[in-house]
Amino acid sequence: MAADAHIEVRDLTMAYGDYVIQRDLNFTVGRGDIFVIMGGSGCGKSTLLKQMIGLARPARGTVLYDGEDYWAASEEARVERQRGFGVLFQAGALWSSLTLAENVALPLQEFTGLSADLIDEIVSLKLSLVGLGGFENFYPSEISGGMKKRAGLARAMALDPGILFFDEPSAGLDPISSRRLDDLILELRDSLGATVVLVTHELASIFAIANNSVFLDADTKTMIATGHPQQLATSGPDKVRSFLRRGET
Amino acid sequence: MQRACAIHIEEWHREPQARMADDESTEAWPTQLAIRSDAGEAHVELRGSWSLKGEVPRYARVASRLADARRVHLDAAGLESWDSSAVNFLAALLRDCRARAVAVEQDALPDGLRRLLALAFAVPPPAEPRAPASAPDLLAAVGHGFIKAWRDVPAMIEFAGEICLSLARFCTGRARYRHGDIAWLVEGVGPRALPIVSLISFLVGTILAYMGAVQLALFGAEIYIADLVGIGMVREVAALMTGIILAGRTGAAYAAQLGTMQVNEEIDAFRTLGVSPIDYLVLPRMLALLMMVPLLTLYAGLVGILAGMLIAVTVFGVGVHEYWNETLSALNLTHFAVGVVKGTVYGGLVAFAGCLRGMQCGRSAQAVGEATTAAVVLGILLITISASVITIVFQELGI
Repeated sequence: MAADAHIEVRDLTMAYGDYVIQRDLNFTVGRGDIFVIMGGSGCGKSTLLKQMIGLARPARGTVLYDGEDYWAASEEARVERQRGFGVLFQAGALWSSLTLAENVALPLQEFTGLSADLIDEIVSLKLSLVGLGGFENFYPSEISGGMKKRAGLARAMALDPGILFFDEPSAGLDPISSRRLDDLILELRDSLGATVVLVTHELASIFAIANNSVFLDADTKTMIATGHPQQLATSGPDKVRSFLRRGET
Repeated sequence: MQRACAIHIEEWHREPQARMADDESTEAWPTQLAIRSDAGEAHVELRGSWSLKGEVPRYARVASRLADARRVHLDAAGLESWDSSAVNFLAALLRDCRARAVAVEQDALPDGLRRLLALAFAVPPPAEPRAPASAPDLLAAVGHGFIKAWRDVPAMIEFAGEICLSLARFCTGRARYRHGDIAWLVEGVGPRALPIVSLISFLVGTILAYMGAVQLALFGAEIYIADLVGIGMVREVAALMTGIILAGRTGAAYAAQLGTMQVNEEIDAFRTLGVSPIDYLVLPRMLALLMMVPLLTLYAGLVGILAGMLIAVTVFGVGVHEYWNETLSALNLTHFAVGVVKGTVYGGLVAFAGCLRGMQCGRSAQAVGEATTAAVVLGILLITISASVITIVFQELGI
């Protein structure tokens, strides 16, 4: 799986001013991987995700996509690259004044030359892929939290992205909805062949879907392990084993 | 293979007729698609590259070619790359065939495509999907508007009642609020409003002086500019201008603050703690505005008088002392009292409108915008209505 590197994080250091959050991060995400960024609360998982997406510039180091340095590229090249990302934000981040259909249609209207009725068809298709067929004309405030997450996923997939980023996809969902979302992520990865990077501390999700991971430590302010979560649970450093077994060693 | 090619070639040759039969399409037959049918068995072959970024075939265009098929075989041996456009095409084909009970063989499709199609049909849509919201006709819109405005009246009375109850709790020391909040709110309403109040009062004073002077100069009575500007500013204009500035500045801010708190469920959080949001959020805002409005009104009057003096002295040649003495003799305490009462009423109404619309706010970004707009509109409306009422009442009372 690591033979074909899709994303490489190199010597990445994240800081707010002089305050270092994480330093010297080095890891590789293979094409088609489901990669989990793990770690305790406040260790910088979401910040790392933001820097990978390009919402914030790293203090040092860089991220490579398909071998190309993201942060060394020109503004236009970066925007072009970002268009190949699908991002699902923690609370869905659906635009509240637009219906679900309009939410999913917006990226298609902005970045493709498709006709209006083809966009309508694609939007309905994307919504039915996440099990929301028939909910086109609902506003985000009218649907449940789990449905918002799935609608957010439909929007993230609007442009057929090569990489999907998820920030805490199952936070706030009941176990069944969380499981359904995991299955959906797996199914979409398998059928679309997309690479998936997710931030989560839902252990069930980590073991169910991830095939590679990195563990960020808040005390040493750097990564202390990387690899398949199952292997880390048995033979990783103490801290990681304890995390993956909910404190039991 | 040879045979398949022959059939494709035949397909191309037949194309012009097909195009003529299908009037709405003037484009060429898509190169990514081949359909051949014999004796009710249709073969649909996807070829080449299907991308949303390029031209993609639409199922609606080719549906007629499958009209008499009993069974459809899908094939994708020549498919190089695909994205949602291919899924979309096949989903439309499947939906159509299912509706007509036509069997579709999908085994030859790539694994990913087949799984996505299964996913798209996994959850049946609700029996009656909601139709897009259509704009109501004019009569209905007027009716809805009227009903909404009518229902707003009891809501306003109820809110006013809650504020009175909260005020009673405040006076007896039982209201919960943070004392620091009031100071912070007072700073926002009062000192921070001084620049804009100064500018507007100065300009309005200038306008009053000019308008009056042009008429008074006909009689050589320029000195009475002082009476006109003094009484006009202190009694009416200072209060009105302050009220309108506060409606735009503070009323809108209150509606936006409370509205955003409503969106984030912060107001619900107060309620669940047993803290009245009226005590904690609304009353301090009302009090801050009511404390600052009299001062701002007096200040606006003073700035207006000084602006009038500047114009009278520099443009119309009135002496500074003359003007000042004339102003002092024209004004009495009643004028100040009337101005301050009016200003205070306007300020109270502005705070009321801002807090009411903020508390009524819905749960979206759009709703916050609407609440802010509604707060300013209601604030100015209430100012205008109360200005007329107060003027008539004072006239009747001879004040």
